[in-house]
Amino acid sequence: MTQLHLGVFFTGVGPNLLWTEPDFADHTHIGTFVDVVRTLERGLFDAFFLGEGLRVRENRGTVYDLDVAGRPDAITQLAALAAETTHIGLVATQNTTYNYPADLARRLASLDAVSGGRAGWNIVTTDNAWTGENFRHGGWLPHERRYERAGEFVATAKALWRNERVIRDTDVVTLRATGGVEPSAQGRPVLFQAGDSDGGRELAARHADVVFSANTDYDKAVAYAADLRARLARYGRSEDSLRILPGASVVLGDTPQEARDRARWITREQTTGPRAIAFLEQYWGKDLSGYDPDGPLPDIDPADGELDPSRGTIPIELRTGKLERVAAWRTLATERGLSIRDLVIEVTPKHNTFVGTPGEIADEWTRYVRDRAVDGFNLLPQLLPGTVEDIVDRLVPQLQERGVYRTAYEGTTLRSHLDLPAG
Amino acid sequence: MLFATEVDAPGVAALERVVLDAERAGYAFVTFPDTPRRPGIEAGVRAAYLARRTTRIGLAPTLHATTTEPFHLATQLASLDHASLGRAGWVVGATTAAEDLATVGRTGAGDGEVADVVEVARRLWDSWEDDAIIRDVATGRFLDPRKVHHVDFEGSGFSVVGPLITPRPPQGQVVVIGSDELTAVLDVALDVALVRATDVAEIATRVAAARAAGAALVFADVPASFDPSLVEGLVDGVHFHGGPPPVITASPHGATLRETLGLPRPLNRFAVTS
Repeated sequence: MTQLHLGVFFTGVGPNLLWTEPDFADHTHIGTFVDVVRTLERGLFDAFFLGEGLRVRENRGTVYDLDVAGRPDAITQLAALAAETTHIGLVATQNTTYNYPADLARRLASLDAVSGGRAGWNIVTTDNAWTGENFRHGGWLPHERRYERAGEFVATAKALWRNERVIRDTDVVTLRATGGVEPSAQGRPVLFQAGDSDGGRELAARHADVVFSANTDYDKAVAYAADLRARLARYGRSEDSLRILPGASVVLGDTPQEARDRARWITREQTTGPRAIAFLEQYWGKDLSGYDPDGPLPDIDPADGELDPSRGTIPIELRTGKLERVAAWRTLATERGLSIRDLVIEVTPKHNTFVGTPGEIADEWTRYVRDRAVDGFNLLPQLLPGTVEDIVDRLVPQLQERGVYRTAYEGTTLRSHLDLPAG
Repeated sequence: MLFATEVDAPGVAALERVVLDAERAGYAFVTFPDTPRRPGIEAGVRAAYLARRTTRIGLAPTLHATTTEPFHLATQLASLDHASLGRAGWVVGATTAAEDLATVGRTGAGDGEVADVVEVARRLWDSWEDDAIIRDVATGRFLDPRKVHHVDFEGSGFSVVGPLITPRPPQGQVVVIGSDELTAVLDVALDVALVRATDVAEIATRVAAARAAGAALVFADVPASFDPSLVEGLVDGVHFHGGPPPVITASPHGATLRETLGLPRPLNRFAVTS
């Protein structure tokens, strides 16, 4: 029977993590990571993911102080966690702009070696010059060429993993190197790709083993899967050679009502008054600390100019048209009588959240996976370790009862958990 | 006298046995040799894996200043210190071999580059003060932004704004280890200088020079067959290379590598003393 594959995406930053809760663990301590990953392994998860962000987020020139921050180098941390676990996949998000291909390929192959074939690489691109200020060649790669670099970078990594000699001198990748890490039990690290743009989908169809998409809504997920499978055929790949694992959150309750109440509470907690003000400041480019988050939108106009990029990645489609967007918000707030905080909750991109009893969510996911809308989910926790323990102890048994989730690991490599062909 | 040894073995399981033996024998730290073109597992990954298989011994991978992004290098070493609960060291690699540089598409490295990379790593390790994470529920502030600093480093070949993405390492500063030639010739600030020589008179001369250049500790870097009593009183310790680590008479480990070495936990350069 078709099986559901689950991962946890440990972002380590951002408003999704409710650090204000008294039992929220120290998310920078190695002991917390060890506990979380062992719990996930007990829950027979496919993988544990670490996110990447190479500059501490800021708001108007100072370090942004309202969200959790502080995270480790992903490959270093996952190598340490490899020593504490035996089965779970360990996936590092690493960008192709501010890394050297031979260096990154070697470190990923090394993680694959020490974990006995459990490494994955979540391939991301960035053209963010603000992040680039931490690197030797900050901001060197134009936005429209980032997938060109990524394609050459990944092709280089794959060749090095076959222990080939690579000599390349193009205007996006220059190196002379030979691979030298013995292939692991899974051959090479499993490749994940998250980009949803046309360039991202092409990169996924050409190189990725797993896509980490944003499409969890059932109809969108079906359409997305069909689009990707059509692209796969163009590269001579079978439908079974690519898994689709969208990012999602879960809110569980003993009753449907309890789950809905809890979801509403989480959303309010994730958008505190100070966070709502800071969100608007990113668009206004002005100090708005004098405004009441429970009152109406600021009566002053936003500053001209670009959107402040320092709060983390902003999707390309949101980078322009700032003033038009603010005007639309004003209309929305006036029509519906929304406060600043209400408006920010309304317009913040929603994480795709499944809300319900464990049985309800298990039924819904069973439908998704049987219809092949998705192959599984990559879950973003809100509480540490609470969310992870809840999913493993309450949701996993329901999935197992429905026959869509493993009751034991069958293999020892990430590739085997994902039921992917040899890399 | 303090003892350290290079460790090498084919595969991580064999390496784990060697490092556990060294830990039981009382070695203060082990070093992991590496170059960008060395076959096998990268040194930082070896050290990180072994961080969770050991409890007391210091772990010092070789990372090359010339073939790594300085920001990644500082993050990787800070993360190793967190994963090992304060047992990370860094053997400063400074390869300028053309084939090594070619792996990252470079054709040369500037004279001051190694000193710049060490300096920026040290600044980045201080970029979060120890008490930067406040978790103040009343105000909704997770961080005190006055305690997380831009480092604004401008070197001759590169610049780094900072801060690091990782909180300050448990040791404050990772222990920086390197050849005495780095201090003498390139003006690199080292915690432990390694003098690679076997002639005792030569060792004596170079030890004095390394101390004068500011190295906190100086070790003789000698073959495993070398008799350490020959340099007793002359050096702070001995680092063995090439061959299985010999039997030693060692002092007990501290909670961190700095404690084991008798080095203080450094004050933070960005902290305002009141």
